[in-house]
Amino acid sequence: MSIHLPHERQRRAVGAYIVLAAMMGALVFSFFRIQVLRSNQWELRANANRIRQLPIPTPRGVIYDRNGRILADNVPGYQITLLPQSSDSARATLDQMSQYVDLSPNRVNRILETMTRYGREVVVDADADFEVYSVLEERRAEFPGIHVEMRPRRRYLAGEAAAHVLGYVGEVTAEELESPSFADERYEQGMIVGKTGIEAEYEGVLQGRQGLRYVEFDARGRIVGDFAGFELDEGEGGQDLQLNLDMELQEWIHSIFPDTMSGAVVALDPADGSVLALYSAPTYDPNAFVGGIEQALFDSLSADAGDPFFNRAVLGLYAPASTWKLAAAAIALDLGVVTPDEYMEVPCTGTYRFGNRVWRCHDAGGHGHNNLAEAIGNSCDVYFYQLGERVGLDNMLRRATDIGFSRSCGIDLPQEEEGIFPADRTWWSENPNPVLRYDPREGEVLNLAIGQGPNNQTPLKIAQFYVALAGDGSAPAPAIARAADLMEGWSLNLAQEHLASLREGLRMVTSPGGTAHYGTALEHWEVLGKTGTGQNPLSLQGLAEDDAWFAGMAGPWGGDPEIVVAVIVEHGASGSSMAAPIMSKTADFYLRRKYGIPTDTVQTYTDHVRAGRRMPWYTERYPPRRLPPPPLRVDPFPSEATIEGPAISLGLPR
Amino acid sequence: MIRLFDRWSMDPKLVVAIGGLTVFGIAMIYSAGFVYVPNAVTEGAWLRQLQWFALALLAFSVIARVPMRWIEWVAVPSYVVSVVLLAITLVIGTGRGTAAGVRSWIDLGPIGFQPSEIAKLATILVVARLLSQRETPLSSLKDLTAPAALVGLPLALVMLQPDLGTGMAFVGILFAMLYWAGAPMALLALVASPVLGLFLSYDTTVWSIYIVSIGLFLYLYRFRLYLYESVALVLANFASASIARPLWNSLQGYQRNRILVFLDPEVDPRGAGYQVIQSKVAVGSGGLTGQGFLEGPQKLYDFLPEQHTDFIFSVVGEELGFIGTALAITTFAFILWRLVQLAERSSDPFAGLVLLGIFGAWLVHVFVNVGMTVGLVPITGIPLPFVSYGGTFLFMSWVAVAIAVRVAHEP
Repeated sequence: MSIHLPHERQRRAVGAYIVLAAMMGALVFSFFRIQVLRSNQWELRANANRIRQLPIPTPRGVIYDRNGRILADNVPGYQITLLPQSSDSARATLDQMSQYVDLSPNRVNRILETMTRYGREVVVDADADFEVYSVLEERRAEFPGIHVEMRPRRRYLAGEAAAHVLGYVGEVTAEELESPSFADERYEQGMIVGKTGIEAEYEGVLQGRQGLRYVEFDARGRIVGDFAGFELDEGEGGQDLQLNLDMELQEWIHSIFPDTMSGAVVALDPADGSVLALYSAPTYDPNAFVGGIEQALFDSLSADAGDPFFNRAVLGLYAPASTWKLAAAAIALDLGVVTPDEYMEVPCTGTYRFGNRVWRCHDAGGHGHNNLAEAIGNSCDVYFYQLGERVGLDNMLRRATDIGFSRSCGIDLPQEEEGIFPADRTWWSENPNPVLRYDPREGEVLNLAIGQGPNNQTPLKIAQFYVALAGDGSAPAPAIARAADLMEGWSLNLAQEHLASLREGLRMVTSPGGTAHYGTALEHWEVLGKTGTGQNPLSLQGLAEDDAWFAGMAGPWGGDPEIVVAVIVEHGASGSSMAAPIMSKTADFYLRRKYGIPTDTVQTYTDHVRAGRRMPWYTERYPPRRLPPPPLRVDPFPSEATIEGPAISLGLPR
Repeated sequence: MIRLFDRWSMDPKLVVAIGGLTVFGIAMIYSAGFVYVPNAVTEGAWLRQLQWFALALLAFSVIARVPMRWIEWVAVPSYVVSVVLLAITLVIGTGRGTAAGVRSWIDLGPIGFQPSEIAKLATILVVARLLSQRETPLSSLKDLTAPAALVGLPLALVMLQPDLGTGMAFVGILFAMLYWAGAPMALLALVASPVLGLFLSYDTTVWSIYIVSIGLFLYLYRFRLYLYESVALVLANFASASIARPLWNSLQGYQRNRILVFLDPEVDPRGAGYQVIQSKVAVGSGGLTGQGFLEGPQKLYDFLPEQHTDFIFSVVGEELGFIGTALAITTFAFILWRLVQLAERSSDPFAGLVLLGIFGAWLVHVFVNVGMTVGLVPITGIPLPFVSYGGTFLFMSWVAVAIAVRVAHEP
């Protein structure tokens, strides 16, 4: 072996000396550089001075609507930071400060806890007023270890109108920092993050990277200046986000939705499923949340019986009622058990006998003989009982589930409810709720065919279904953000002529003589849609009105629909007089702006009558001799009568 | 009694340098505990270190009397025992102080010790024994597998604790000993290449130049390597480069942090930059002559992390200035130089290999520990020999000194 030889050992030793000299030389040089050459750069200005790192807040990305209008941006705000210090002096400072800043004892304890736990600066108030800022600046001597600086503050320009869809931001909590969604290195205590809505869904895009600077401060906690030895890291602002939402449409809906009512409006573009508007009432002002909402305001909003934080458009589950008859019809057409022109064998006399029960139509006077389009136009329950009977319970459950009525739409929001629809009979036979646990009889299908029974959908889901009806039977997943990467949509797999006959039925609803004609007749646009009157737990007990639905589409006469809108007004009683005008006015506003026609608050036939305005376009469009004049004196706005529910009430959760 | 401690005379320069360094270390540990808000652990640390030093001197005096052949004989049993101890540590081990999350200590009531420190010396002995008994030169990759496996086993156990700093010391031991045993430089470079390639692959251009030079290297040294070994090396390089980026990219930010924390739990990625800055401020404030012993303001405010162990050299820099740091580094350089010199003079291959193993371990300890206080190398939890607080490490380092002077005694 070579190390037995002295000269080889010598050769190896020289190599080791070289490595040793190089490494030790590097160390000595590094110390020489820091301690002698650049000593003044690293030295503190006074021996008692210390350095601390301070984050530099960066602005969140701006959120734009489809037309480039700003929905959310940033304005200068002030942030108060407590630099690390002994617990006693920190407490004294905070006590002194509570004269000017809203600081509960609870909050003081939390701040002190965070400071001792992380041993670093703590944000006392992420959004201080300018007055507080000036007071603290004026009396800096009284507040050692307090640092006040500018930080971008979120501002929501659409305010209440887009509260639910945009969401709001707030200071990140200790629990959130522990969770995987905030495990990114960017996130630190004191940062402002998206809490709900788009702000939370696209947090990773909108959030930038905080900068970092090292400051030198003296023994009394006053900042002397930036520390020279560290290069300032400016950080990066968040990326901007463009949405498909139309801010003005959103504001328009907010202005026309009845003030005292609860409900939701969803407007989709049938061409690509993009979300034009997503509104929920009652609402709140998200600007109140920026920098921490005041406890009293939060309590009063939380205690509000109307539950303003609840986004009804994607979380509210309602019985879809007659709006769902189109789904039953689509299933029947696809199975071939009915044809569009066929008349049902039993004419509607107001009742229908199946099994040992009498099933009622909402109109006790009956509708006589109906084909499919007429049955949709009249919303004839007797027709749909027979249609359901032909489809059969098992087919109905399977097909409706296939279409997607028990799924969510996959919208780009942090939360969305799935629809409730039984996949098969075990939904009843194995139901965890003993009231609902029984062997379902074939008669269940009659209930389902008219949109009642164990069928609950969100307004968004109904809107997505009407997008499928408006086009070629397929419906993309609704996207709020312009570049949203969403799951695949779904398809009805329906023949085009069947879709056309379904739309013919929808046209009858809004044509003269149809239930929703006067609330939907517009000067420039053709509206197609379907009313619905959904039972809710209170209305079943006779304590409140039913929920009012209207889902439909609108576009230029003779053209394809260019907007689909679903409206629900809780306890609104009448789909035709309450929900339908909201839908048609929403569509009218959107289409007028799209085609460059000046917008107007007087839109529908009903609006014109109320405003006492003449409407030559109406007589032109609907020549008067085709129908007897409407009984304006008695009831200018005929409403669809409430469906009397099936004789047995299951007390279903709707 | 006089005769008990007379063994320093076997190599007075080395023992005086190291003894001086140990006393200096105890003084610095005392200073590190001298802060505005004292705490029980760091305040009394210097006294415990002093007690360990007394124990270490005793061990030195005994072991310096043991002939090298006996030490060679004890290599295999001590290796087996220390590997078993490392394995036990993973089960019953505890953390201490700031490294509470790791399992590196075996606690025996009032006293505790770190088996990894014993394993370092035992591994040096067993690898030295293996390599010194070879008849043929180390010329192919296959020849390196046995020593690599002997080092790899304790290394793996240490990384499971996890203790990155000690793991790096094991790598230093392996390379220094293979080098001394006559492994061609090219071969060593090639063994290290896939690991190097893993890091270089962050930049395509850099990596391309790198892989071309590897290829060139292999061509020039083709007579040294079997063909399949060359192919395996190139493949290993490609493999490490191709997994590096997807591997890292596929990880979420928090997972990356977890890996960094797994490799070294004492490093908080969010706080690591902060520690370097505070350390550099301390060192920089020291200037040429320092703030004076016990007087360092950064230290007094306890701004330096782990200032009695891993960051003790920051205290040296702050209080004694460049004069202090340069002197300390020079002393280390002298000690390391002396180890190589003794190895060169010794005709006993086993002894020379042991000294180079000690050299490799201490070189890593000194370079990484001192280098991180000025940001030259990333922060790693690794102590500075003879200066940092730590009983087992001081004791085992003095055992190593005893072996070194024994080599000087029987050249």
